[in-house]
Amino acid sequence: MTKGTVTGIIANLVIVEVDGPVSQNEICFIQLGKTRLMAEVIKVIGKNAYVQVFESTRNLRVGNLVEFAGHMLEVSLGPGILSKNYDGLQNDLNKMEGVFLKRGEYTNPLEDDKKWHFKPLAKAGDLVEAGTWLGEVTENWIPHKIMVPFKFQGKFTIKTMVSAGEYTIHETIAVLSDSEGKEHKVTMVQKWPVKIAIRAYKEKPRPFNMMETGIRCIDSLNPIVEGGTGFTPGPFGTGKTVLQHALSKHAEADMIVVAACGERANEVVEIFTEFPELDDPRSGRKLIERTTIIANTSNMPVAAREASVYTAMTIAEYYRSMGLRILLLADSTSRWAQALREMSNRMEELPGQDAYPMDLPAIISNFYSRAGYVYLNNGQTGSITFIGAVSPAGGNLKEPVTESTKKAARCFYALSQQRADSKRYPAVDPIESYSKYLEYDEFIEYLNENVSKEWLGQLLFAKNLLIRGKEAYEQINILGDDGVPVDYHLRFWKSEVFDFVILQQDAFDKIDSSTPIERQKYMMDKVISITKTNLNFDSFEEVNKYFRRIINVLKQMNYSVFLSEDFRKFEAELEEILKERRIS
Amino acid sequence: METQAFQKIYTRILQITKATISLEAKGVGYDELALVGGRLAQVVKIIGDLVTLQVFGGTEGISTSAEVVFLGKAPGLKVSDDLAGRFFNAYGEPIDGGPAVEGSEVEIGGPSVNPVQRKKPSNMIFTGIAGIDMNNSLVTGQKIPFFADPDQPYNQVMAIVALRAKADKIILGGMGLTNDDYLFYRNIFDNAGALDRIISFVNTTEDPPVERLLIPDMALTAAEYFAVEKNETVLVLLTDMTLYADALSIVSNRMDQIPSKDSMPGSLYSDLAKIYEKAVQFPSGGSITIIAVTTLSGGDITHAIPDNTGYITEGQLFLRRDTDIAKVIVDPFRSLSRLKQNVIGKDTRHDHAQVMNAAIKLYAEAANAKTKLENGFDLSEFDVRALDFAREYSNDLLAIDVNIGAVEMLDNTWKLFAKYFSPAEVGIKKEFVDKFWPNGK
Repeated sequence: MTKGTVTGIIANLVIVEVDGPVSQNEICFIQLGKTRLMAEVIKVIGKNAYVQVFESTRNLRVGNLVEFAGHMLEVSLGPGILSKNYDGLQNDLNKMEGVFLKRGEYTNPLEDDKKWHFKPLAKAGDLVEAGTWLGEVTENWIPHKIMVPFKFQGKFTIKTMVSAGEYTIHETIAVLSDSEGKEHKVTMVQKWPVKIAIRAYKEKPRPFNMMETGIRCIDSLNPIVEGGTGFTPGPFGTGKTVLQHALSKHAEADMIVVAACGERANEVVEIFTEFPELDDPRSGRKLIERTTIIANTSNMPVAAREASVYTAMTIAEYYRSMGLRILLLADSTSRWAQALREMSNRMEELPGQDAYPMDLPAIISNFYSRAGYVYLNNGQTGSITFIGAVSPAGGNLKEPVTESTKKAARCFYALSQQRADSKRYPAVDPIESYSKYLEYDEFIEYLNENVSKEWLGQLLFAKNLLIRGKEAYEQINILGDDGVPVDYHLRFWKSEVFDFVILQQDAFDKIDSSTPIERQKYMMDKVISITKTNLNFDSFEEVNKYFRRIINVLKQMNYSVFLSEDFRKFEAELEEILKERRIS
Repeated sequence: METQAFQKIYTRILQITKATISLEAKGVGYDELALVGGRLAQVVKIIGDLVTLQVFGGTEGISTSAEVVFLGKAPGLKVSDDLAGRFFNAYGEPIDGGPAVEGSEVEIGGPSVNPVQRKKPSNMIFTGIAGIDMNNSLVTGQKIPFFADPDQPYNQVMAIVALRAKADKIILGGMGLTNDDYLFYRNIFDNAGALDRIISFVNTTEDPPVERLLIPDMALTAAEYFAVEKNETVLVLLTDMTLYADALSIVSNRMDQIPSKDSMPGSLYSDLAKIYEKAVQFPSGGSITIIAVTTLSGGDITHAIPDNTGYITEGQLFLRRDTDIAKVIVDPFRSLSRLKQNVIGKDTRHDHAQVMNAAIKLYAEAANAKTKLENGFDLSEFDVRALDFAREYSNDLLAIDVNIGAVEMLDNTWKLFAKYFSPAEVGIKKEFVDKFWPNGK
């Protein structure tokens, strides 16, 4: 192995003179007394390797010895990842001793001694390749597939396969032989470098299945697809984290990977505290059982923050290869970009806009492209839906991270300060936001068949309604309440009905916090039929009062159990109100 | 800090800037302290034998032949119970004339708390200021700044909060504090008979700016001692964090780093987060709460310092002069405590959330009415009532001179509701109206 010595230190950037070959992104360990500090090569000039250290470099000296590991930053993939709390380098946070994180303490991400009940899915003689399912164990409630390691290149034949039974992750469960007859042992755990995408699938088509999130301003206006990408930029205080938490609780996915990347520790603590208590309505189990958390909060080392999003993505890709639907959430990708900026700055690279590295757009789009819907080699499907939060500096959406992400992600959910100020939550701006998937023929076909034939038309109608409402509102503001025809008020209030009843949703209410698609359809029909009803008014004051009543009754419906007695009662009340002014 | 025998002394400085010096030296550790011509300095960059140090006291008058002695350790603080009641400078040296503190030396700027070892913050801090307790309840383990223009009385409000907070220890980290403000804190703590629970680390405007960089770490190292070792509730006051960030930019500028937004260093977010994230609630009962001041320039919160701060802290408090009542109030619209959900209706009466929201909603109606009035439109009868309500609400509840308990503030708000509105106009859940509406509705 290559060795080296430290020759320079600038914060967490360390220059190492090496005695042999090193590769870009190779991992090395700097010996500091009894501790070993992990670092990653990010630049090489001649004999000097520039490494970013994943820890504090306090007391490091010129002359400290460095050992190179011969591989890139890798994660361990095997049963036991679900429900874990990892840091950005996949250290199990629960296995660490003491209140404070200790420098150089690296813990095992999996359990070496735990026995899993293994069931073979393949037999001796089968022809296999990287990603082929050899068997499965049950992890929480997910059938966790044991696969041919992704690093295996080419075709293999299964020579032996163990019978069903209890095994630890390090016991050999199969022996494969390659085309030259060489034998390779396979266990239940494998390693994979996080910065390289796992491509053990046949094909990545354009995604077309709708992913239900239960959040109406997404599903009923700008729906996202299984395997799609989206992002939520917003100034502080507009509810990015509440929205991310709502998605993690209600979205229709088999597994949720949450990357808390450079954000507040107390927000992660909230997940730690709440998720073991909250029920997952789909499995009837606790939410924590389908969740893995990668917590690299803002006070944890900045280089590990950069690694954390890759660690999360790699874990998601591993589970996608099992034919599962994964939702990956990252809060916030701006902090990741800032980590890149800090390093680029220390390496004295020529900066791009706002001192971010020049290749920021490429790095971001490369990362988003790892999400997606795939056909596995065995014909099954799997998906990673990725939604990243972006924290634009000063709330300005023209800053480099937001702009670069806009080019990469297909759904844009802009959180608006104005909506947040007027407590219209979730504060997703309905007019600025968009879903590119609404232009996909495959997706439209899916909506027609699985939601309803009218759905797309209704979404587009609603969008237009909102735009017209906004225009009317601006006119009213300029000309005064009685300076415009009553019709303008009517137009404005119809858009308000949609805003208050469909878009606004109470994330802290038991019933309102998540709306299944059936119910969304029902309410969409209701609201659209109201906006199409001809109503008679003499003055704008009447419009104002009347629509407040309508909104109130519809909101009561939102708070009631779907189709319950209460729900029906409010519905009947609504009908009465409509009768008052309907023109037949 | 004195030099010891047999330490190597360097006397050839190669480069001097306003905040840093560079020289050739061997065997130096990163972050290590040194004395440069008798002034304390810290290693910030090592390239081969070339070592760059930031000189906390500034480099005025430093000669290229000044003596440089490395001390072989990172900056530290001697911690023990004797810290209580004492005043220190940025280096942790007493400035109150008392003896040096004995105790074990701890490196400042130590490691972070493992997130799985934290507890969800859920104990309310009662301040008596209803504008805070009712609309922006503070919680132990929270970090929250005042966003304020320099002319606002944030130091007064912070001192009141500190004294009423029932914390076991109050630690003041003063950065660029004017001497007058420093004496204000000293007197107010003294008069309240609270000096024995106060610890101060102060850098005044008379001291060199780069010294300020040590203040938050000193204050928080002392805080960690009391919160972790003694399971005490510790309140840390940091004022003014804008001056701290300015000092960061001075150093990064002298080191030729490329500035990002508003001439701030690219690492500003991480630098601030390292400080604020020391706020923590431990399961054992110990906690560190941070209340800071970030002064704004003309109320601009999009500047890099308040902006990065807003993304890190759990809310922010805004003060505003309400000309209708000629008092300073806690602005209910722009202030936010992100952790209030953890305690509202749990540590306070269960009608708290509804009363809070209803009052703010009506206050907003009054603001709209005011705009109408200013634009020359006629006011409705409701508008007039809303304006009257807003005036009393502002005076009796939002003003910073209010000092009432948590039950009283809710009861007083109910009284105002009943004085000006019908239950339907207030729009609170029926069960609460039945129970709390004055004179049985």
